[in-house]
Amino acid sequence: MQKRLGAQTVRFQSPVSFLATASVAGQKEAQGPLSKYFDVIMENAEWGEETWEKTESKMQKHALMRAVEKSGIDVKDINYLFAGDLLNQCISSTFGLMDFGIPFMGVYGACSTMAETIGLSAMAIDGGFANISAAVTSSHFCTAERQYRNPLEYGGQRTPTAQWTVTGSGAAILSGTGQGPFVTHFTSGRIVDFGVSDANNMGAAMAPAAADTLSAHFRETGRNPDFYDLILSGDLGMVGKAALIDLMYEKGYMISKNYDDCGCMIFDIEKQDVHAGGSGCGCLASTFCGYVMDMIKMGEIKNILIMGTGALLSQTSSLQGETIPSVAHVVAISTERNRL
Amino acid sequence: MNNSNQEYLDYIEKNSPKSKLWRNMLLAFLVGGGICTIGQGIGDIYEKVWGLNEESVKNAVPITMIFLGALFTGFNLYHKLAKFAGAGTLVPITGFANAVVSPAIEFKKEGYVLGVAAKMFTIAGPVLVYGINAAIAVGMLGYLMGY
Repeated sequence: MQKRLGAQTVRFQSPVSFLATASVAGQKEAQGPLSKYFDVIMENAEWGEETWEKTESKMQKHALMRAVEKSGIDVKDINYLFAGDLLNQCISSTFGLMDFGIPFMGVYGACSTMAETIGLSAMAIDGGFANISAAVTSSHFCTAERQYRNPLEYGGQRTPTAQWTVTGSGAAILSGTGQGPFVTHFTSGRIVDFGVSDANNMGAAMAPAAADTLSAHFRETGRNPDFYDLILSGDLGMVGKAALIDLMYEKGYMISKNYDDCGCMIFDIEKQDVHAGGSGCGCLASTFCGYVMDMIKMGEIKNILIMGTGALLSQTSSLQGETIPSVAHVVAISTERNRL
Repeated sequence: MNNSNQEYLDYIEKNSPKSKLWRNMLLAFLVGGGICTIGQGIGDIYEKVWGLNEESVKNAVPITMIFLGALFTGFNLYHKLAKFAGAGTLVPITGFANAVVSPAIEFKKEGYVLGVAAKMFTIAGPVLVYGINAAIAVGMLGYLMGY
């Protein structure tokens, strides 16, 4: 059977299974509704490090260490490490993961990184180039603020559409042998830009990219939204979530029944003062590697779709008045492997 | 950009939550006014209790307010007030102190030269550049017009 189903979707032939996932989360995230599903909770934002960047590196390190521990494999058995983050030149990943000594593939997909690295890992395994591969990403509120916005102590106001960068990390270990859950499909996204230029409204900027990849996934797999128990986007937030539902409706897909967004789940939006919700690579990473995987293991959900959504802007492009190009990657996960 | 994109931008404009303008203006007025009232009070104390002359008070009050703005920024309090006050904490001279001190604290990790010193004016720098230039322009104009 063909592995490639269409312009964007591949279907995995060999059983690509999750061996283990692990999540790390900060205090604010631990005060949110998903608290009990995180593997490691940082006692404070610094977590014993001198700089925020070192803290974020430590988060990736601990996420991967915990995932390795849970999987029971040896670090040396991991053939590839696909990882990235939001910081310039992805320094959280390089500094956090260098001690593992695993061949490293740096990935920049902004907040879509978790889905992208899982997809790439699955491709490496199904292609026969790896037996075991790991996908890691992170974000930290303080590193993101100082790089993209203002110093923490600066007295500014956030707009109602602004999102709160999640302090969190997630690591997933995938293998060609395992009991599932399995990665069954990967629909990689195209770069889409509908002309939103407000960096404080990333959900709105990313929703068209999300709709583009999601509809491509349904079209190319011949599935419809009802096939999935849960469709989960990474960090569209309140504005982007509503926009995606409407965009998909226009394309002829009703997703509102089984669709949710990690940015709207990880915080209590009313009580935690996060405006439009959570964002950052760590938003999908810590939600998926914690809560979602636990739900699958408990048998609550069987077929799920996770979609990482990334805003591919930089401070330079933003200052030069460019609009925000975005990308979304979709990974289909099931408790049952693809049948040949 | 084609029409469907414009439609989307209009849709987003319509459906994004808006800032609560009246509430924000009221809070800015109250907090900003409060900060200025504190400044006035300090000025009165300098003048009436300590006996400073008018010229000295004009210098001493901004110095005190800048000090307080910097101090509260250092105590991690100023931005918490700013969250509610908005322009009320931005416009008074304490806001200027906050704009200088906050990057100085944040970028200390990059060293005293390329961190603290270089980044200190990333927010306040434009205010200085255009403020001073505007002052020069107005001063020249005033001179030429014979004031």
